[in-house]
Amino acid sequence: MKIRAVGLCLATLLICTCFPSAIEAQQTGSSTSKQKAKESVYSEIGKAPEKARAQHNPLEKDPDAVAAGQILFEQRCAECHGDTAEGRKKGPSLRAAEIQTAEPGAIFWVLTNGVVRKGMPVWSKLPAPQRWQLVSFIQSLGAAPPKPETSPTSSAQPPAAKGAFLPRR
Amino acid sequence: MFIRKGLILVSVFLLATICFPRTTAAQENPYFVAYDHYLEEPGNLEIEYFSTFGTQRGGNDFHSFWTEFEYGVTAWWTAELYLHGQTTFGDSTIFTGIRWENRFRPLKREHFINPILYVEYEHKSGADKILKEGEGHDVEADLLTPNALARRDLINEMELKLILSSTFKGWNFTENTLAAKDLSNSPWEFGYALGASRPLALKASAKRCTLCPQNFVAGVEMYGGLGDRYHFGLRDTSHYLAPVLGWNLPSGWTLRISPGFGLNDNSHQFLLRWGVSREISGFGSMVGRLFRGRP
Repeated sequence: MKIRAVGLCLATLLICTCFPSAIEAQQTGSSTSKQKAKESVYSEIGKAPEKARAQHNPLEKDPDAVAAGQILFEQRCAECHGDTAEGRKKGPSLRAAEIQTAEPGAIFWVLTNGVVRKGMPVWSKLPAPQRWQLVSFIQSLGAAPPKPETSPTSSAQPPAAKGAFLPRR
Repeated sequence: MFIRKGLILVSVFLLATICFPRTTAAQENPYFVAYDHYLEEPGNLEIEYFSTFGTQRGGNDFHSFWTEFEYGVTAWWTAELYLHGQTTFGDSTIFTGIRWENRFRPLKREHFINPILYVEYEHKSGADKILKEGEGHDVEADLLTPNALARRDLINEMELKLILSSTFKGWNFTENTLAAKDLSNSPWEFGYALGASRPLALKASAKRCTLCPQNFVAGVEMYGGLGDRYHFGLRDTSHYLAPVLGWNLPSGWTLRISPGFGLNDNSHQFLLRWGVSREISGFGSMVGRLFRGRP
């Protein structure tokens, strides 16, 4: 009887000690996987070579560049990245800090080369000035306000983790 | 009767474009024969209708036409299905066959020269006159046979192309080399197509417009046969030079026109080609939702 009581106490102690740390670990794991997914989505930006990064936007001071870029964005990009560029199933948010703080040359490089294996087409079919106009528009949007944290058990995923540049078929 | 058969392909095109109202602005090259290295955006479907009017020495002029369904399977693979037919004036209008083509982009990134691999299977009758490529020893006189006779000749053909395309300072330069094999006991035949084109303006306008110069792409293409395995070269081959003009409308429609001129006595003296196409965005997702039953 005594042994049973001691066993019960030990089990209760174990549960009390382990359960919160399990939840914490789950939360940490979830945020780590989210972080990893986000990193993989935007990792293409990091692959831009130095020479491409060093390129300056020649239309930086062009007053019409943003307006022209907006029209181009609506025509070519909104389908995947959403009308407000905050991302959709097929394309990640372009208002993430990774994009907004990236060098214009790096964004231009991604536009030019696409992310072909992950579903983003090559946009070198647009002449270079139009790609720079797109860069001007994208970086004029600024970072989107952070979305409220969802509970770890929720099945909802952030746009970045869901789609990346992948078309989901 | 003639008109009815021809109208079937036009109706297929119109029905398909009307049924799918979600469009996206296309940025198409103006070529009719040459291919560049840009594939269809993944999940998008482009529906195209093309016509060719050709003069025929020693026979009746003709009008050939085809409807093309071009789908971006992935960012590195585009598949197309063609249905084609022709009207020979004073003779008849007939359906001449189908073709199934695939283009693959083997390299991940953009390079100075970008290769695309092209594989095609074509099932057609001998009356086919779409002249979508120059190959082997194809010459004008081949198309003199009346439709009733020519259609009895059935051809199953495989065609491979290596497309090498570059974009430099707004210009697109493309070079296509083709090798085609009739799956019956015929030799490999060869051909080429070259193209160069450029938008009339490189910067986009800050205003929404239909007639802006950046919506127009002008260029020229040249194509012809290079003989076959046993008689490689320019002898007994036909060649064409054709200025091309494309107009990409913001509504998702693209219009193209191209007058083509035969460069030697084996070629048709004049070919007038025109086409209309419409790009439907998110077609793959639409079909996916249909089968998954999600709203």
